[in-house]
Amino acid sequence: MQKKDFVVRFAGEGGQGMVTSAEALAQAAALAGYYAQTFTTFPSQIMGGPTWAQARISTTPILSAGDELDILVCFNKEAYHLHAEEVREGGVVIYNSQVFQLEESSSAVGIPVDELAKATGNPRAANMVILGALAHLVSWPQEHLTSFVRQRFARGRPDDAAIIKSNVQALDLGRQRAAEAGLTLGELAPPKKPPYQQIMVKGNDALALGALAAGLDFYIGYPISPATPILVFMQRNLVGPGKFVYQASSEIEAINTIVGAGFAGKKAMTATSGPGFSLMHEGIGLAWMAEVPCVIVDVQRGGPATGLPTKTEQSDLLSALHPAHGDVMLPVIAPGSIEECFYAAIWALNWAERYQGPVVLLSEHMLSERTENIRKPDLSVVTVESRLVYQGSNGYHRYEARELSPMPVPGGPGAYVANGSEHDAMGDTTHLSQRHIHMTERRFSKLKLLTDGTFELENPEESVVLMPWGGSKGPSREAYTLLIQDGYRLGWAFTMFLQPLPPKLLEELRKKELVIVPELNYVGQFSSYLRSLGVKAVSITQFTGLPFKVLDLVRRVAAVAQSHRERMVRV
Amino acid sequence: MTKKNPEYDFKWCPGCGDFGVRRAFEMAVVERAAKTKEPIEKTVVVAGIGCSGNMVHLLEGPQPFGIHGIHGRTLPIALGVKMARPDLNVLVVAGDGDFLSIGAEHIGPQAQRNLNVTCLVMDNGVYGLTKGQSSPTTRFGQITSSTPYGKVEAAMNPMELYLALGTSFVASGFSSQVKDLTRLIVAAMEHPGFAIVHIQSPCTTYNDTYEEIKGNVQKGIAPAAWPVSPDHDAADLQAAYRLVRSRGIPIGIIYQQPESEPLEARLARVLGKVKARSMEELLEASKI
Repeated sequence: MQKKDFVVRFAGEGGQGMVTSAEALAQAAALAGYYAQTFTTFPSQIMGGPTWAQARISTTPILSAGDELDILVCFNKEAYHLHAEEVREGGVVIYNSQVFQLEESSSAVGIPVDELAKATGNPRAANMVILGALAHLVSWPQEHLTSFVRQRFARGRPDDAAIIKSNVQALDLGRQRAAEAGLTLGELAPPKKPPYQQIMVKGNDALALGALAAGLDFYIGYPISPATPILVFMQRNLVGPGKFVYQASSEIEAINTIVGAGFAGKKAMTATSGPGFSLMHEGIGLAWMAEVPCVIVDVQRGGPATGLPTKTEQSDLLSALHPAHGDVMLPVIAPGSIEECFYAAIWALNWAERYQGPVVLLSEHMLSERTENIRKPDLSVVTVESRLVYQGSNGYHRYEARELSPMPVPGGPGAYVANGSEHDAMGDTTHLSQRHIHMTERRFSKLKLLTDGTFELENPEESVVLMPWGGSKGPSREAYTLLIQDGYRLGWAFTMFLQPLPPKLLEELRKKELVIVPELNYVGQFSSYLRSLGVKAVSITQFTGLPFKVLDLVRRVAAVAQSHRERMVRV
Repeated sequence: MTKKNPEYDFKWCPGCGDFGVRRAFEMAVVERAAKTKEPIEKTVVVAGIGCSGNMVHLLEGPQPFGIHGIHGRTLPIALGVKMARPDLNVLVVAGDGDFLSIGAEHIGPQAQRNLNVTCLVMDNGVYGLTKGQSSPTTRFGQITSSTPYGKVEAAMNPMELYLALGTSFVASGFSSQVKDLTRLIVAAMEHPGFAIVHIQSPCTTYNDTYEEIKGNVQKGIAPAAWPVSPDHDAADLQAAYRLVRSRGIPIGIIYQQPESEPLEARLARVLGKVKARSMEELLEASKI
């Protein structure tokens, strides 16, 4: 029987090309028409330290990086010991036999990687030796990899031909070596190319592209893992008349700068991670209070304090829902896939413009650093919104209305003071109770404009529902599919619009007997939020710094659902 | 804003130096508007938290735009406004607590970028709004509500700090000399780059330094303030350092960097040949 997908993990010391290998494999597969996804994890240092990167290749769309390994590629002995346990029964270990030796076995093949690469005259072709061996193991036609090599190294340089030749030769040498070892994993089914165009991006790229599609004018950010790639992307691409991009001197500067830019009429955004997000809280309160549109991206990592800078966690939700002191409730959008990162950025900028206030876009490490081929966004269906601009004459009272009102732009009519102190209709500071009541109600009333968020709801008749949030969507969805196949009775709900929740969805959730929330934090942040809204929710938590594994979820969701049913019977 | 607004009840104490600064500010902005033929609405006032920041609500006459933000963050907000709209005339009004204590981290970056805004720092050597605590410019040994046995920190020399951080325009003014102060503010606004006018603006309630600054002949007190000599070469950084390190308070233009290139011009120069890629081109670059 042909295989539908396979999972490869490259493990070793940072700097040995694990990420390059995984991404090259994913790109080659995507080029051939497969679905591909990578997941990477590494320590917080420039070079070295135990690093691994995983690629999953499939004939159907992929939702997670995969649980068990079909192939483990080890660059050193430590990596073997760390990861060998996760190789599935019948899986294969490939190791660099120049670095260490394993006992001869029917499931391990040693390859003198550097020696073979050197033989091609191009020592840098080492990862192609390994890809060649992988191709043999899943009986891939040579063409899948050679066309990738030809595309990647056609860079318009005089030595292109020589480099392509040596890389193709490296593929051959790796393939031969694996063939000599007599190992195979069975044939991977031929790809089913999707009928639409695709792009291959990381979550951070997708998010940045979405922001540009929504008409972003102004970006400022301070370097911080794992949000830095957004700054780097913007520095290269947010250029042209009326655009501005800049590296901030701190996150405190970044947030207040976008408040200034938003006030001056621009669509402004900053991106950070947990520690920087904490520093921004006072500035976010200013944007809420003075009613200034802006978008704050928090690419979550393990926390608190410096925490786990290069690991994944979903533990900033509660601080995103209420990020500043005082009476504040912020719109929060948390995408669940790479593709959703693109659209979430558009929604975030649109919502900020529409309700004239700050919006938090909550991404996470496992989305930001993951490469995936997704459907190329159709720009013709993207709706871009811009704020209501005041066009009248002077003497305007910016904050007079009991709800949203047009916003004057500096240089034009309607001069006012955007004030972080409680203020009257003209923006001047006031301490009167009736004004504080008026303004507080005005600020909260604007959230009613943000109830158009979309959601997924499946098997709506079921009383027990699985509802992940953010990047846990992928593994949860795979677990859900397996549970349904096994005959479990379970519903499915998902939305990236966490605050305000789409009212229709909330209404449905309130009717459920149990909403099971897989999430990557200790406290169970999303379920506690749902409970505060009158939903009977319970969390399945994990705080390993890594995403959920599908089979773990299957087991744990089944157990929670089972114990719930038993309880119900007893009652 | 201002007198016409019955809800706004903030008042400066009688004799507060900030009255003089406000008058100079109003005259400078009107003078600039007349010179440039730009409406007042093209001016944006970014106000700090403290007595001085309330100036944004107390301006008389045609109204500029304003942001009254959070404590210490006038400069980041000004960076946002100015770089969003380089055509706007952006002014920061803040006190010594806001600008030199909680907000001090922002001076260096703006000086090094040469952000094209004008800062009016009203220095009264005390936290007035919170009722008299010690600030960075409070004198060594001075007794305040937060230093009941005397301040144990050396007083900061703000103008030396501005010079050391690379500020391209530094002037020193006094709130009682409104005409001279107006001239300094106009010069600061005309300067293409980061301009700070540091103003002695005494607090009559918690730190009344009028007598010290102006002197008192009858009591034999020599004035601390003295005018910068017309011979001073403001383009000479070493001469500027000598001025701000000398005794007392020199009043006038301390330093003005010749051929100052503001941030927007630097960016235009660097980005001049960079071609923006269209959305379609960007997506195409990632296509499989």
